[in-house]
Amino acid sequence: MRVRVEVNGEQRVADDVWEGESLLYVLRERLGLPGSKNACEQGECGSCTVYLDDVAVCACLVAAGQAEGRRVRTIEGDGLEEVQQAFLETGAVQCGFCTPGLIVAAHDLLRRDPAPADPDIREALAGNLCRCTGYEKIMDAVRLAASRAKGRAACD
Amino acid sequence: MGTSPLRPDGVLKVRGEFAYSSDLWADGMLWGATVRSPHPHARIVRVDITAALKLAGVSAVLTHEDVPGRNRYGLEHADQPVLAEDVVRYQGEPIAVVAADHPETARRAAALVEVAYEVLTPVTDAEAAFTAPALHEGGNVLRHVPIRRGDESATAPVVVVGEYTVGMQDQAFLGPESGLAVPADDGGVDLYVATQWLHVDRAQVARSLGLPEEKVRITLGGVGGAFGAREDLSMQVHASMLALRTGKPVKMVYGREESFFGHVHRHPARLRYEHGATEDGRLVYVRARIVLDGGAYASSTTAVVANAATLGVGPYEVPNVHIDAYGMYTNNPPCGAMRGFGAVQACFAYESQMDRLAERIGVDPVEIRLRNAVREGSTMPTGQVIDSPAPVARLLTIVRDRPMPPPAADDPRERPGGVANTTRGEGVVRGVGYGVGVKNVGFSEGFDDYSTARVRLELIQGEPVATVHTAAAEVGQGLVTVQAQIARTELGVRQVTVVPADTSVGSAGSSSASRQTYVTGGAVRAACAAVRADVLASVPGGAGLHGGKVTTVDGEPLADLADVLTGPVEHTVEWRHRPTKPLDPVTGQGDAHVQYAFAAHRAVVDVDTELGLVRVVELACAQDVGKALNPQAVEGQIHGGSAQGLGLAVMEEIQVVDGQVRNPSFTDYLIPTILDMPPMAVDILELADPAAPYGLRGVGEPPTISATPAIIAAIRAATGVALTHAPVRPDHIVTMSDDQ
Repeated sequence: MRVRVEVNGEQRVADDVWEGESLLYVLRERLGLPGSKNACEQGECGSCTVYLDDVAVCACLVAAGQAEGRRVRTIEGDGLEEVQQAFLETGAVQCGFCTPGLIVAAHDLLRRDPAPADPDIREALAGNLCRCTGYEKIMDAVRLAASRAKGRAACD
Repeated sequence: MGTSPLRPDGVLKVRGEFAYSSDLWADGMLWGATVRSPHPHARIVRVDITAALKLAGVSAVLTHEDVPGRNRYGLEHADQPVLAEDVVRYQGEPIAVVAADHPETARRAAALVEVAYEVLTPVTDAEAAFTAPALHEGGNVLRHVPIRRGDESATAPVVVVGEYTVGMQDQAFLGPESGLAVPADDGGVDLYVATQWLHVDRAQVARSLGLPEEKVRITLGGVGGAFGAREDLSMQVHASMLALRTGKPVKMVYGREESFFGHVHRHPARLRYEHGATEDGRLVYVRARIVLDGGAYASSTTAVVANAATLGVGPYEVPNVHIDAYGMYTNNPPCGAMRGFGAVQACFAYESQMDRLAERIGVDPVEIRLRNAVREGSTMPTGQVIDSPAPVARLLTIVRDRPMPPPAADDPRERPGGVANTTRGEGVVRGVGYGVGVKNVGFSEGFDDYSTARVRLELIQGEPVATVHTAAAEVGQGLVTVQAQIARTELGVRQVTVVPADTSVGSAGSSSASRQTYVTGGAVRAACAAVRADVLASVPGGAGLHGGKVTTVDGEPLADLADVLTGPVEHTVEWRHRPTKPLDPVTGQGDAHVQYAFAAHRAVVDVDTELGLVRVVELACAQDVGKALNPQAVEGQIHGGSAQGLGLAVMEEIQVVDGQVRNPSFTDYLIPTILDMPPMAVDILELADPAAPYGLRGVGEPPTISATPAIIAAIRAATGVALTHAPVRPDHIVTMSDDQ
């Protein structure tokens, strides 16, 4: 089948898509966007988190056909820079396999709640597994991104 | 040095642009899939590939008959078939491989390979393996390591006995096994793969492909975590065979379920300990019998057993030691390297024993440890004298003296059970526990443990630039950052490029055993020193390189480096740590280890004693790292290592029933989430080891070792239940049965 989907602001078409393919497979293998990671393929690890329209989803759980005519934003897209920079600076990145999904999930949290308390951060990121960091520096990263956004808002 | 620059691969990683081994792509590439045995032990009667080959899109289906070279591989003993011949010895053992134009086609073709089995009775218990029929030539005892020190018949007024078990833990790296094999014009293969040790992969792959090593070129693909699970081969030979047969690039990527069958795990263990002490709690003797289940193939079991034995009494002075540690063949999943490597299992047992001893003597858990702690100059059970700082007592007092976390807030997210709202605080009891452990750094027992570094200094557009090339695997720990830091420090330049790791430079050894900063760091430093010596030779009075200048002994600038460098200066250096010695096979005596490393934890837990639910409230860790070359990365290792120790304490266990893995998924095999991990308080000591580069001490493994016993001790303190198995399950807490 053919799937038409707007990805990171660009209209994209994937042809010869097998009906069983996931949005994650189409992004990674057909559209040249391997930034979203496949670590469990059953929605447990969050490594493939992307925005579908404006909702953060596990791309592995979305059938390719369900993305037809919709908007997808991946880790390769724009608008995530502040969270990306915070992850980089705080040492929240080790092997980095969980990082793309965590950055999208953290961005989604900060969009909804610009000043989350620690328990809110933990609750919001509970669907994203990381095996390297013990999450301490991921907490630091989200706090840093939130404080910078707050600082910027104060200057505006 | 001692700072935390941004990691050079970090920008790519946060943008999703870093190329992991599963992200690779080549024109016209095929996808590989593996046919695996559903039985833990069976004779293969027949393999029929006809139907699989007929499926449209399938290019090749290969069995053991197609293995071009030796159909055996293994890290220490080549006992494992690339593809099974007449018998399978564990569930998930590879029997055939398939290449097709789509991963789903490959999987379907794999399902069409018909294998007829004659099912055999599996040996599923390591203890039973002693008397069971031999699964391999030479019997089921892979290795026995005895440790004999002091008086065999020593007695003591206070005796505590315990038997402990440790479950099979999975490394659960997030990036499953994957790689791309590209056939080359010279009949060889170029392999891009996530691994821990390029050269030991190459040696094994070449042997099984029947190729000279120079025709197997391996480049490190981006590694999504390792933790020991990538020390053995997985898809390397399979993808290469398919690529050579089809003449096309072949990519193999395991799914999560297959990954549970695609790598070795942490050895399950049964450990029986007897501690004898004086009335005031000073250890007189330790006797122990440790049985590790190595599973179907050897992997690194022989070395794991040696660690369990030589580190078997922990960081304590014990004059009389009698330990027998065994690694056994069974039909369970093969076990090998995982962070902590034999020291983890022993530590759970000896620390549990120390708590029992404290209770018997009537002192607190920290005090019993302080009375027995090793220090610099102490003698280990192998007769090896600890010849660098061993601040065990200090680490313990640091975590003990930290302020306690406040009581849980009135928020369900801060209670055991979380938002499941299983308690409003009733039945919840707080407990505190301690653990301290010891780990050897680097490869032991006389192994020729070295690393190779090539460093080049040249002018690029008028600016001095250093290039560092090693085959050392960056697995997430930050080795690329540290290599660049070392070159910057040693050569006084700003610009350093660490080029991708591959086999065109000599071996760096494994990214395991907490060794890479020590050994590859040492090699990079030595190569930089050779380059520096060449540069300085051309400047009379030149004694150092700093800030892009040649300086005198006193640091006074003599010349710009840019003016002195007439052409590239390059050196390749093989660097070794000081040699170690084998263990005496009868007494287990010998200076087998390069360096000891220590960490201590204090765990605070809240336990819902009615439901057996545990919430770890806080973990405090103190560790001596000799010198923190990159403090941020060191903290990251301590955090991450502690998290894996927490997993083993309260949730992580591969359930193996009759040789069958029952929970090969992240739905059923749980690893800690951000909700499970508490805030961590970390104290880092920097007491230099004079024998090590920059005085550093290996960092990666110690925090994994002591976290588990600390947490379980805290649960015991909260519940009063003995808890002899790691991980602790709710039913261990609520049944209050005698053996748990």
